[in-house]
Parts: sequence; C-alpha cells; structure tokens
Amino acid sequence: MKPSDLDKLKVKPRIKDDEYTMFGPERRAGRMNLERREFLKLAGGGLVVFFTAGEALEGQIGGARGADGGYPDDPNAYLKVGPDGRVTCFTGKIEMGQGIITSLAMMLAEEIDVPLASVDMVMGDTALCPYDAGTFGSRSTKYFGPPLRQAAAEARGVLVRLASSRLGTAEEGLATKDGAVYALETPSKKVSYADLVGGRRIEVRLENKPPIKAIAKHTVSGRPTPRSDARAKVTGEAKFAGDIRYPGLLYAAILRPPAHGAKLKSADTSAAERFAGARVLRDGDLIAVLHEKPDLAAEALTLVRAEFEPSPSKLDNETIFAHLKEVPANSDVVVESGTLDEGAKLAVKNVERSYFAHYVAHAPSEPHTAVVRIEGDKAEVWASTQSPFRARQEVAKTLDLPVENVRVRTPFVGCGFGGKNQGGQIVEAARLAKLGGRPVQVAWTRQEEFFNDTFRPAATYDIRSGLDASNKIVLWDYKNYQAGSRSSQPVYDIPHKRVLSFGGGFGGGGVAVHPFGTGAWRGPGSNTNIFATECHIDIMAQEAGMDPLAFRLANLADARMKKVVAAAAGQFGRTFARAPSGRGYGIAITDYLGSYVAAMAEVEVDRARGAVRVLRVVCAQDMGECINPDGARMQIEGCVTMGLGYCLTEEIRFKDGRVLTENYDSYEVPRFSWLPRIEVVLVDNPDLAPQGCGEPAVTVMGAVIANAIHDAIGVRLFTLPMTPARIRAALASRA
Amino acid sequence: MDKTIRFKLNGREVAVETSPERMLLWVLRTDLEHTGTKYGCGEGFCGACTVLVDARPERSCQFPLAGAEGKSVLTIEGLSRGGKLHPLQQAFADLGALQCGYCTPGMILMAYALLLRKPDPTEAEIADALEGNLCRCGSYNRIIAAVRQASQALKMKVVDREAL
Repeated sequence: MKPSDLDKLKVKPRIKDDEYTMFGPERRAGRMNLERREFLKLAGGGLVVFFTAGEALEGQIGGARGADGGYPDDPNAYLKVGPDGRVTCFTGKIEMGQGIITSLAMMLAEEIDVPLASVDMVMGDTALCPYDAGTFGSRSTKYFGPPLRQAAAEARGVLVRLASSRLGTAEEGLATKDGAVYALETPSKKVSYADLVGGRRIEVRLENKPPIKAIAKHTVSGRPTPRSDARAKVTGEAKFAGDIRYPGLLYAAILRPPAHGAKLKSADTSAAERFAGARVLRDGDLIAVLHEKPDLAAEALTLVRAEFEPSPSKLDNETIFAHLKEVPANSDVVVESGTLDEGAKLAVKNVERSYFAHYVAHAPSEPHTAVVRIEGDKAEVWASTQSPFRARQEVAKTLDLPVENVRVRTPFVGCGFGGKNQGGQIVEAARLAKLGGRPVQVAWTRQEEFFNDTFRPAATYDIRSGLDASNKIVLWDYKNYQAGSRSSQPVYDIPHKRVLSFGGGFGGGGVAVHPFGTGAWRGPGSNTNIFATECHIDIMAQEAGMDPLAFRLANLADARMKKVVAAAAGQFGRTFARAPSGRGYGIAITDYLGSYVAAMAEVEVDRARGAVRVLRVVCAQDMGECINPDGARMQIEGCVTMGLGYCLTEEIRFKDGRVLTENYDSYEVPRFSWLPRIEVVLVDNPDLAPQGCGEPAVTVMGAVIANAIHDAIGVRLFTLPMTPARIRAALASRA
Repeated sequence: MDKTIRFKLNGREVAVETSPERMLLWVLRTDLEHTGTKYGCGEGFCGACTVLVDARPERSCQFPLAGAEGKSVLTIEGLSRGGKLHPLQQAFADLGALQCGYCTPGMILMAYALLLRKPDPTEAEIADALEGNLCRCGSYNRIIAAVRQASQALKMKVVDREAL
C-alpha cells in the first residue's frame, strides 16, 4: 500500500488532503499552534463550527485533554460537518469487534439528524481525535456517548441558527431531518447541511447548550442495526495493523528468552547475518532479524545461537495459589457495613470456603502488531492497540521525540479483551525502526503472544458467610488475593459485611507476585470475583434448603436486579429445585459497573470422562438505554461463548518462568462443537443512561456453569477452569 | 533457491519469483499484497489463513508455495463479483456473523469449501466442517446461521455451481 492510500483505510474514507480549505490562516495565525493547523489539514475542509468565537479550537482537538483529563467541552473535538453534508465523528476509541463503530455513529446520527450512512468514523488517530485513556471497561458508550451526543446537539443548534438567517425563519419555526433544516410550517422551505456549510468557515455563538433529544423521538438509536464495518470485513478490505505497507518496510523477528526473567548471557548472530537479505539489529537485550519478507526474518532468527541465564522464578501451576496468599500485599476495604462480630452472632449456619482461578490468556485473534515509520523528527505508528494515546507517549519517550511529533493510528483491531491495553510490540517496532533506519513491522507470533501476553492474574478467594434462622444472609466476610476489587461487593442485602481486596489485582503486582505480566482480561477482576461469590451463594442456598433462585430473590433488595433475574427465569422456563437436583441447572447474577446480568444454564456432565457439555445459556441483561440492540446481542452471545473457555479449559500452564501453553493445541479455546443454545433477553430500561455491554455477561459464566455442574452431579468445583481432570478428581474424592 | 512459480490467483495468472519452500500465506500477504488472508497461529490450528487451492481448503500457513504451482488459488479478495458480494459474504454481513473480523476471511473460505462439497448442509454439518476455525469473539452461532442462509440463497439460484 502506498502512503497516499493510507487515509483510505477507514470504512468510508472521506477525508482527503485536497479538500482542505484553510480558513483565515493569517487572521488566526497568532492563535493557532502547528498542531491545530495540522489537524485542519488532516481533517479536511468543510464546516468546522466555531461555537464560541475565536477560542473553540484552541487546545481541544488533536489529542489534547479536556480540562480535567477527561473529554473536552468543545463540540469541534468530536465531529465535523463536511462540505458535502457528511458528518465525521472523531473518537480516540478504537474498534476491536465490540461494535462502537456502529453504535457511536448511531448516537451521532440521531442527535444531529443525518442518515446513519452519512456518518464517517475516524477512530484511534491521535492526530485527529480527542484524548482518550483507552478502550476498555465497557466504557465507550457510557462515557464517550454523552459528550458526543451533546456535541452533536450543539452542532445541530448551530446549523439551525445558520438556516434561520438563510431561510428568514425564526429558529423556533425550524426543525431538522435527514441532513437538512426545514420550516415546520412549509416543509418544502429547507436548506441542506451541505448548502449551509459550503466550504466556508463559520463562527456562531450559542448562548445555551441545546438539550439532547428525548428517547421517545429516536429513530436511529435504539433500533437493531447491522455492523457498518461488516462489508469491509467480509471482503478482506478491512485493514489491520499487519496489513499496512510502507515502501521499504522491513519485518522483524525478535529473539525471546525461553523463560520470563531469563537474562541473555551471549548471542552469536553470525549465521543469521549471512542469511540472504537479513539484517541483524541489536539494542541491549533486544536482538532482532529484519527482512523484507516476514517468514524469512523468522527463518533467519532460528540461526541465532543464544544462551540465557535460568529464570529466577520457581513457581508453577501447583504452587501458585499458596504463593499468592503468602506474598505481602496491601489490602483495600472495598465495602464494609455493620460488624463481622455482630453478623457472626446472628448466624445460625456458617459456610466457609476458598476458591481459585488460574492464569488465562487473552488469545486475541490478531496477535499484537505494530508498524512504525520515522521521518526526520516525526514518527507515524499503526498499531493494534486499545490505547493509542498511551502508545503515543511510549513511542515519544522511546524515540526521544516531542509527543506531538508522534502520530498513532489505529486500524481495525482483531480482538483486545484488555490484552491490547499494553503495547510492547509498538515500542519494539519504534526501537527497531530507529535502529534500522527503515519502517519496521513487529507482529508477534502466536507463541510470542502466549509468552508476552498480560494474563488475567491467578487469584484466590476466602469467603466466610452466615445465615440466620430465616435464611437471610447476615454475615459476609470476603477476601480476594490478587484478583482485583471489581464486582467483589455483593449485590445482596447483607447487614454485616466486609470485602477486602489484597494486592495489585489486574493492575499488576510485579515480578514478586507473578512470574510474568498480568493485566485486565475482559470483565477484569469481576469474572473471578463473581465465580467465587455466586458459587458461594449457591452453597448457602443448599445449606438453607432452598432452591438457588428463591434463595437469591429472598436475599436481594434491589428491585432492578430482581426484574433482571425474573426476566432470565421467564426465558429459562424451568423450575429450580434445591441443588443438586440432577438436572444440571445453574444460575449466576452480577452488577458489572452498572449493567445488571442474570444468567441461567443447563449442562450435562459425562462422569466417566469428566467432560461438560453446556446445552443452553439464557442471559438477561439490563444495560440502561440500549443504543444498538443487535450489537448488544452480539456482545452478549460473544461473552457467553468466550466465557465457556475460562470456565472449562483455559489455563496458562507454566513452570520456572516458562510458559508451556504456546498455541491452540495446548491452550484450548471454545470452538463450534462447544456451542450451546444461547438466548439473550434485553431488559428494557431506557430511563437509565447507557451502561456498558462489552464485558458484563462474560463475568457470570464461571459461576453459572459451576453451579450447573454441581446441580448435575452433586460435586462442586472450587477451581477455574473446571477441566475434565478436575471434575474426575472431584468425583473420585467424593466417592 | 528462487524459482518462478505460476498459478492462478482469484482467476488471474500470477508469477512469483521466490523460494518455493515459502508458505503460501506469506507470499500472498507480502509478495502479492493480498492481505485479506490472515496469520492466526502459524501451525494450522486456527484456520484464519484458510484459502482454497483447486477448490480444496488449505491452511496457507502450512502450505508451501510449490504446492500451488499451476493451480487455482481463491482468497477472500476473489469472492465478490463486480462489487457484488457472494451470498456467503452477504449472509455474514446481514446476520452479524462477525465482530472483530479477523477470522472472517478464513471462516468464509472454509464455509465456501463446505458448500462446494455439500450445498445444503445441516447446522450440525456446518459446525463440524468449521470445527477447526476459531473465532475468539464467539460468533459461532451467527456463523452457522449465515452459512445456512447462504446455502439456501445459493440453492435458489438453480444450483448454479458457477456462483460458488
């Protein structure tokens, strides 16, 4: 691909340099810094609406932070109305499959009143988009959506004001539809956004921020809408970082240690240097072979003879849990109310259990990839990343360049799940591009992906709880070690409770805690906190002599949660009985950062083999106002399917710093034959602002399957994943 | 030792001068700039790199270029005709049978090979045929529905084998 083609990568490429019409550069020169001009040049011409004369563009667009490090107040940071009437949305968020390329466009189209097809998305480009901390935590719709809507409403207000003078009609007598402003009394009297905008610069001051539309008036938002990127993705036209080509691009293959913490002793690169077309680069511990063909770079790398010190790590899957409890760690009080002593006094039945979760990999379909080109004192980066602005900082630091001289662009990203918050490959590509004087691509192999990934941390949980004589939960003493605090506060109505979270959680912990990198994994902290919590609730239901649904409802005070549970139960259509009933029904619920989920599952277990077959999963979710119901269903279905992996098979095997699971033969992810019947229920709640959707449903999967397995065979698994070997062992130890 | 290897790529004759030992995946992606075919695992476990060689699905990361000599290679770029999507592509798009889209080209080509062999597969036969193709986003249920829909759309075309 030629560099001149690079701007055509987006789904609907509309931004061309030749559309650029500089507006009043002489007049504004004193107020505009270079970055601003660069933005306008890159973003093209058309209407950049000046909401408050003179100051609107200052320090807002182009990667600047808002006043508090959040999103900027200036609507221009979010959108542009082009001379053709098309509306471009600028967002620092990225598209990795979660579907915001469609749902954010829907929010914008709705509020500014253009057809959805008239919206172009520019995502994850640090030169064009407002600063964004990263795409994670199911936060895009929840936190980026509202300012985008506000910006669109303001832009619409500006267009109405412009139309008012053009049409000679008072603003109150005007309305907008399909990219035009028209007179309410004479609808034929109208002017399109394109005509209003032309190629000019317009300054308008709005006295008040216009209100956003009432949901009842929505015609785009809230309607099931197909993915706007589907066509690009089914034709192979969609570009991922590894598909970016520069003239002179070299592909890097990097020497890796055999184990984490193993330091390089010596390396003989002479044979690799003799490999035709290969260049060997070395920068401290970084040794790489570069070649014009990626496969030949990899072949030449095998000729490097290197010796490493042994890893200092002596941990493995068997010893890790004891280690995690022993390693010194600070504790956070996540929630505390009443007193544990009082709760213990009230309790007539007590349950005390420990739970365990192993390391799991993100295993994104697309391994971490980046391309870096350095030209003079500027660097351009294309990366598969969830955090382009963080990547910009890291590249600027690596190359010793001012941050504004680095532009990070994010094409389509092939899965993230938190794993691409970290961009080690980007820094590697930057170092090698600098050292080699040529554009460089670093694309991790699958084996490197399993080695360099920041795994979901292994973690342990201790729960002590008590029931009073009426089977109300009166005591909840919860401790997690290294899981992270998210979703560790119980959703149940418990008078005496304390939740402690020990260690760095998914934020890290360092080499003293974990033998390798750890980080956020889809629904971080939550997916294992919910496993422990909701398994424990099931055990208490059993102690209470109640079925797990009735027990939960009896201990819930939150009406919204009860409604979600009822919605799931209605769809599930089975009657729960005190476990184990032999029928293999399970239930689990959660409040994931404001999105409520209730899942019910049916499983069968082959006792001889220990194999679990998940037959059916019902998942009800209340995420507040739902922007794209079809997109939400896709996310929930994906959460259910992906969640089966950490339930049943996914576990990083490791020993002495080595990662033994190196590919999909030893790390088993869900595949077609696992597929249960998945039934999604979207619980309508438009009065609540949009919450998140990409992660919530994955967090209940561990518990709902564990509870269903217990209901099927009367044996409880306390460790994730619930592999056939663990199930056979649990059955054997009971017998 | 470099050699000139000729084959048909999406119906057009191509000639590549390179080592015939190299895997087809990298020749397609790098030498021929057909980047629709994706690297996923490098060992044939995931199916992201699936292409058709003389109508047989092959893992291009495991398929030496020499094996393509004189044959017909079909990649995702060759599926649509005159800007019109193939019924499989259309069904994947219509039913949302993709999220991140990285596994999609391999998935569609594997399904294409299935429909060549079995024009009217059941859901179970689709799942079985695609078992070796991994979708981390978890679109399996929609992929099965999309392949079914495409098979019905193709059947309505009076079993037009050429359309495949």
